[in-house]
Amino acid sequence: MPAVSKGDGMRGLAVFISDIRNCKSKEAEIKRINKELANIRSKFKGDKALDGYSKKKYVCKLLFIFLLGHDIDFGHMEAVNLLSSNKYTEKQIGYLFISVLVNSNSELIRLINNAIKNDLASRNPTFMCLALHCIANVGSREMGEAFAADIPRILVAGDSMDSVKQSAALCLLRLYKASPDLVPMGEWTARVVHLLNDQHMGVVTAAVSLITCLCKKNPDDFKTCISLAVSRLSRIVSSASTDLQDYTYYFVPAPWLSVKLLRLLQCYPPPEDAAVKGRLVECLETVLNKAQEPPKSKKVQHSNAKNAILFETISLIIHYDSEPNLLVRACNQLGQFLQHRETNLRYLALESMCTLASSEFSHEAVKTHIDTVINALKTERDVSVRQRAADLLYAMCDRSNAKQIVSEMLRYLETADYAIREEIVLKVAILAEKYAVDYSWYVDTILNLIRIAGDYVSEEVWYRVLQIVTNRDDVQGYAAKTVFEALQAPACHENMVKVGGYILGEFGNLIAGDPRSSPPVQFSLLHSKFHLCSVATRALLLSTYIKFINLFPETKATIQGVLRAGSQLRNADVELQQRAVEYLTLSSVASTDVLATVLEEMPPFPERESSILAKLKRKKGPGAGSALDDGRRDPSSNDINGGVEPTPSTVSTPSPSADLLGLRAAPPPAAPAAPSGAGNLLVDVFSDGPAPQPSLGPTPEEAFLSELEPPAPESPMALLADPAPVADPGPEDVGPPIPEADELLNKFVCKNNGVLFENQLLQIGVKSEFRQNLGRMYLFYGNKTSVQFQNFLPTVVHPGDLQTQLAVQTKRVAAQVDGGAQVQQVLNIECLRDFLTPPLLSVRFRYGGAPQSLTLKLPVTINKFFQPTEMAAQDFFQRWKQLSLPQQEAQKIFKANHPMDAEVTKAKLLGFGSALLDNVDPNPENFVGAGIIQTKALQVGCLLRLEPNAQAQMYRLTLRTSKEPVSRHLCELLAQQF
Amino acid sequence: MIKFFLMVNKQGQTRLSKYYEHVEINKRTLLETEVIKSCLSRSNEQCSFIEFKDFKLVYRQYAALFIVVGVNDTENEMAIYEFIHNFVEVLDEYFSRVVNNV
Repeated sequence: MPAVSKGDGMRGLAVFISDIRNCKSKEAEIKRINKELANIRSKFKGDKALDGYSKKKYVCKLLFIFLLGHDIDFGHMEAVNLLSSNKYTEKQIGYLFISVLVNSNSELIRLINNAIKNDLASRNPTFMCLALHCIANVGSREMGEAFAADIPRILVAGDSMDSVKQSAALCLLRLYKASPDLVPMGEWTARVVHLLNDQHMGVVTAAVSLITCLCKKNPDDFKTCISLAVSRLSRIVSSASTDLQDYTYYFVPAPWLSVKLLRLLQCYPPPEDAAVKGRLVECLETVLNKAQEPPKSKKVQHSNAKNAILFETISLIIHYDSEPNLLVRACNQLGQFLQHRETNLRYLALESMCTLASSEFSHEAVKTHIDTVINALKTERDVSVRQRAADLLYAMCDRSNAKQIVSEMLRYLETADYAIREEIVLKVAILAEKYAVDYSWYVDTILNLIRIAGDYVSEEVWYRVLQIVTNRDDVQGYAAKTVFEALQAPACHENMVKVGGYILGEFGNLIAGDPRSSPPVQFSLLHSKFHLCSVATRALLLSTYIKFINLFPETKATIQGVLRAGSQLRNADVELQQRAVEYLTLSSVASTDVLATVLEEMPPFPERESSILAKLKRKKGPGAGSALDDGRRDPSSNDINGGVEPTPSTVSTPSPSADLLGLRAAPPPAAPAAPSGAGNLLVDVFSDGPAPQPSLGPTPEEAFLSELEPPAPESPMALLADPAPVADPGPEDVGPPIPEADELLNKFVCKNNGVLFENQLLQIGVKSEFRQNLGRMYLFYGNKTSVQFQNFLPTVVHPGDLQTQLAVQTKRVAAQVDGGAQVQQVLNIECLRDFLTPPLLSVRFRYGGAPQSLTLKLPVTINKFFQPTEMAAQDFFQRWKQLSLPQQEAQKIFKANHPMDAEVTKAKLLGFGSALLDNVDPNPENFVGAGIIQTKALQVGCLLRLEPNAQAQMYRLTLRTSKEPVSRHLCELLAQQF
Repeated sequence: MIKFFLMVNKQGQTRLSKYYEHVEINKRTLLETEVIKSCLSRSNEQCSFIEFKDFKLVYRQYAALFIVVGVNDTENEMAIYEFIHNFVEVLDEYFSRVVNNV
């Protein structure tokens, strides 16, 4: 170890520093400094050439003055001069000064670079290291441009000394991080990997850091590092505690290097080579074994270093997530740490276990520690440890322990730190919904949440409970009863009043039979809270009152009295005043029937994602909810936790996290269509209905189904000549549709409204209506983040010759979408003639500076322009026969992807647009439909027949239209839906 | 990955700072103030890791001196924690009596 010798010190510098320290006041210090600056300036400007020692001393003084916070505007040249000195101490001071006070004077830069170049070429390892350190410390782009190419060469040169290699590796790492484009990849990369084999542990350590960074960008180029890292790790792990001399830390061999090697391995999947993998597993086992051995030293440094390796080993085991044995052992080890007296270990163990909980192999093992974790939540004195415990409980929660965990979290909430209350509330709300076995438990839980931590219950949470209660009639009575009881508490939170007001307004009638909760009692209970509430809540309560008038006519007089009171009718708040006036008038003017219609019970909410989860994610940043959406899903949860949609026609989503994506609700791709030849084999399966009639000769033009070709020019050229609006960019400007685009499109074949797309940033909702060959579509773009989207630009693009088939007029929308805001875009659509591909919707915007772009298929399919046609059986068969050319028919036989429910099928066919004809098909199981596709240029008559076979769980779908591509296209579209 | 390395005394004066990611000079002072504030507010019973903004702080206290390392979330907290001690031991080797209780 090089000692700092006192004799080498510069006396003048020491005196100056002690003078400064002895200064009694700021003024005295400044005075002393100015004196010194004048002195140095005169020395530098003097005639007498200064020797190296003096230069070094003065440069040091300048540096010291600079570090005290004063500006230095001279001395750079003298420092640069020092760089070319042959004395280490002088050169070192020169570099030190340059590194701290980089001057952008180009003349100086040239000189500095020159000096560095000389030192790099000097073959003197100390000088080379000084130069490398300077490059790394400055780390500027200019430095990178000048030297990035030289350093790899030094790094892999056979004759470089260890210390130089070490510095070169770290210098290169620094330059690569600053400007990756400047570091040329090349032949040296292969040789860098071999530094993992280097004799010198310092070189290995530096090389691992470099490779870990480089391999993230080019994993394939560095793949060979896996086996080298494994063998290096194996040698370290199995070495005796004294083998590595300097690199042994309190009897632990090379702990930091081990950690780095384990981290490097986490950049890759498990090794493919069985031998390498075997060796690695052996290493991991050794580390786990060592944790159980008695420590070689009682010192805490020993166990800390050992545990550092252990935690990184566990990270790697979790990263691989493929060795059940190791995962369970890791879990047991962490379980021991959960009760360790060191807070640090408890914290880290909880944190690691959180990721273990999401592995299917160790989830059960993690669950065994539930009592310890709950205990931690109750007794830990450190809030960050408690927070980890809460996170872990959330991650380990499943159907089996949800009740216990939710009730513990509720209990914790009463004493929880304010900073994390909202997060706990969200987590409880999510778990309660996700794992609700019965919804009365869910309602109880949420009402408890409001009771315990009402201030932290965000709108999302209480909205959600209302959605769920509205959509599930089995829980409505219970909910009404429970909120009624909750409202009887002398002081209840305003959120409780909101939920209570809404639920009683909708379902108060369900408990009105009980004299204890008769209508007047309900009303006076709610009204007793009225005056304590905010405007928003009072507005909500006014709506409840008018609903009461409808539900309970006997309360009408009382409520009218309340509405008529001056405090309502002349309320200073416009909203309240308006409600009071309108409701009062409504109640007195409207007849009972009208009232009943206007104030009807709210319809079920449309299928919607849980906004709570989105909120939690927003709070915690991306990836925070990962413990929840880990993909472990309980199939049995479908029926009850299927989100809020009550209709069986929508695919129920098993968890709120799945809901959030919105994509999973799309039907899975249809089973591949049976080859046409196979159709014959299946005929007997399906042949309950009449066999297709033999053709009686095509006379389509006589039927109503004939194409009503207008005399307008039909040639594509003529249409192309028509100058189309050029507002939309050409298709070459937009990317290909996202992979899910087809699935998303399929969702909308049979319906016109819903959520078209959703990710973490953006939600796109669609509302559309079609009549004849015209359509209007409203697109709603919702910004889900709290950050404004900029340059927001949704455009509709017509790929191919769609331009001639479909006209879509769009209005521009505002280029900025504020966080949380929604903008609406109206599209006017005209179908000119039949088309096969939907237009593309391209959405581009900037989010936090990063450009985002997204291309979707606009849910406009040819069937939207269907006009249903009713006809008798006789007419149907006549037309069916007329359309008997082979190319007019399209048929598909396919497996059912959804339960075969006749009502659902009917709804889908109607949604598809055709009329459903009863009593046409002799087999009542079959569906028959007819309609005309309206386009500007022509009309296409369509007949369809769907034959379900419940036994085989298959369908046969037959389409006949007067246009061949339309038959095929409709058949494809419709077949996806069942 | 280490973002920065700080030595700050109890009075909140920065004694040494080294940044491995670019942080503007004026923002450094602000950051250092916040960092030391969150370290000072902790008791001995609390763990040595603090979630701070979008990264973590690992800190150790030696008498009146705090050594605080800012790391990203893939870093091994325990390794950094012990690394601080190693660093202090090395300093002590060179300069002796770096902090009284090492």
